[in-house]
Amino acid sequence: MIRFDNVTKRYPGGHEALANVTVTIDAGALTFVTGHSGAGKSTFLRLIGLIERPTRGNVLIDKRSTRGITRRQLPAYRRDVGMVFQDHKLLFDRPVYDNVALPLIIGGASHREIGKRVRAALDQVDLLNKERQLPATLSSGEQQRVGIARAIVARPSIVIADEPTGNLDPELSSNIMRLFERFCDVGTTMVIASHDHALIETMGHRRIELSAGRIERDSASLTTTAELF
Amino acid sequence: MGGYFTRHLQVLVSSLGKLVGSPLASVMTILVIAITICLPAAFHLLVRNGLELTGGWDVAVDLSAYLEPGATLESAQSIQQLLSARADIERVTLIDADAGLASFAEQSGFGEALESLDTNPLPHTLVITPISGLGAEATALLRQEVASLPNVDQVQRDTEWVATLQALLALIRRVVWVIGALLGIGLLVVIGNTIRLDIQNRRDEIEIMQLIGASHGFIRRPFLYTGLWYGLGGGLVALGLLFAILAALSGPMRQFGSLYGAGGLSVSGPTAQEAAIIIGVGVILGLLGSWIATARHMRSVDPI
Repeated sequence: MIRFDNVTKRYPGGHEALANVTVTIDAGALTFVTGHSGAGKSTFLRLIGLIERPTRGNVLIDKRSTRGITRRQLPAYRRDVGMVFQDHKLLFDRPVYDNVALPLIIGGASHREIGKRVRAALDQVDLLNKERQLPATLSSGEQQRVGIARAIVARPSIVIADEPTGNLDPELSSNIMRLFERFCDVGTTMVIASHDHALIETMGHRRIELSAGRIERDSASLTTTAELF
Repeated sequence: MGGYFTRHLQVLVSSLGKLVGSPLASVMTILVIAITICLPAAFHLLVRNGLELTGGWDVAVDLSAYLEPGATLESAQSIQQLLSARADIERVTLIDADAGLASFAEQSGFGEALESLDTNPLPHTLVITPISGLGAEATALLRQEVASLPNVDQVQRDTEWVATLQALLALIRRVVWVIGALLGIGLLVVIGNTIRLDIQNRRDEIEIMQLIGASHGFIRRPFLYTGLWYGLGGGLVALGLLFAILAALSGPMRQFGSLYGAGGLSVSGPTAQEAAIIIGVGVILGLLGSWIATARHMRSVDPI
């Protein structure tokens, strides 16, 4: 379970990306975070991934505050949070296979286990035939799928994805979302920031809409944080 | 556990591959490290050789005991007998004052001037040859004991300059240590800067690694191995340079030795232990330099 408890994030310079956000996301749920550019979607995800720390309030993962996670504990925490980035963040001097294998190598998996899991992940994103190619030779959509394969390969308990279908065609987008759903079925909590309203509507999952750093609408509850205060 | 070592081996080999991939930069860095290690090592060898050489001269040197001006020949002879009986003395030669003056007059060419003297200014002298292999301390003790005998005015070691040279060499050795330490710090800066540039070039890669949960140890590993290769390469090249320097110096050293009657004078190269220390210093400084650089710059990549 992920809980934002009165979370405010203010960046140096004074920009307030999130303001007093309180929300709970159940374990194993697929939740979309939507909103216009600058609404605070990416910051919301970055706080879950502990790429940022809140200025005020608490982000709790399974009732444990991320404030208590030290620098030393941070890598172990992040290994349990799969991240899909808008700009893919791939290693361009290494083939697709090595990129996807990275979380498993970091986690100390055996050679055999790495081979098995990487191919399974690449199969799920339909890139099995491109495992030896360098990312630069792939299209943007394919690079995005490599990023998705990397995020899910170590079977993390939480996956955060920032515009994971932004560069994909509708059919592939739909397939990727179905893949995310399957992960939810085995207990993975998925939090996806997306602009793709049409796709989100067809999926029928919970939708948290942010605006200027506040929760504008939450499909799970008609009561918003703003109304509580 | 096997997988752990395999991964270390993979990183070790791949970091070597990266160095080979940019040969010019790698060779330049290794050469800087080699020269920095080689300089104090070469001085250390020269000092060590000097100390070994003069250490040989330090033992079994003659002592000259000059008796007081009024001492009689009989008293000189009795001291000669007394000393000859000692186990640490091989022989004692008495040069009486008259024989000494005659010898001096003959060798110096001041014969006529010396004839004009009313009295013989020279004392009776005992030339004492200690047994072979008598150490420096025992020789010093013997000198003290001879000097304390009645009628003995003063005792001189014939190779007093050796002690002066040894003191000078000891001083140079200390200076070499200080210079070595300073160069070591310089080397840390050189290696640290090289690794820092490597970290800057791979900043994106480090950031990605950190985002997907790589520990600092995992990220630091290839940089540490790079430092290790630099240090190892630098140490080995330093050793090679050292042998080249010794080969270049051996001719002039022989020539110098022949001037002092030591025709076989030569500079011995580093021992196996010294060679291991030179390589070890390179490796340790390489690892330490890269450790400091990674620790310092990793935080700037992921400041959370």
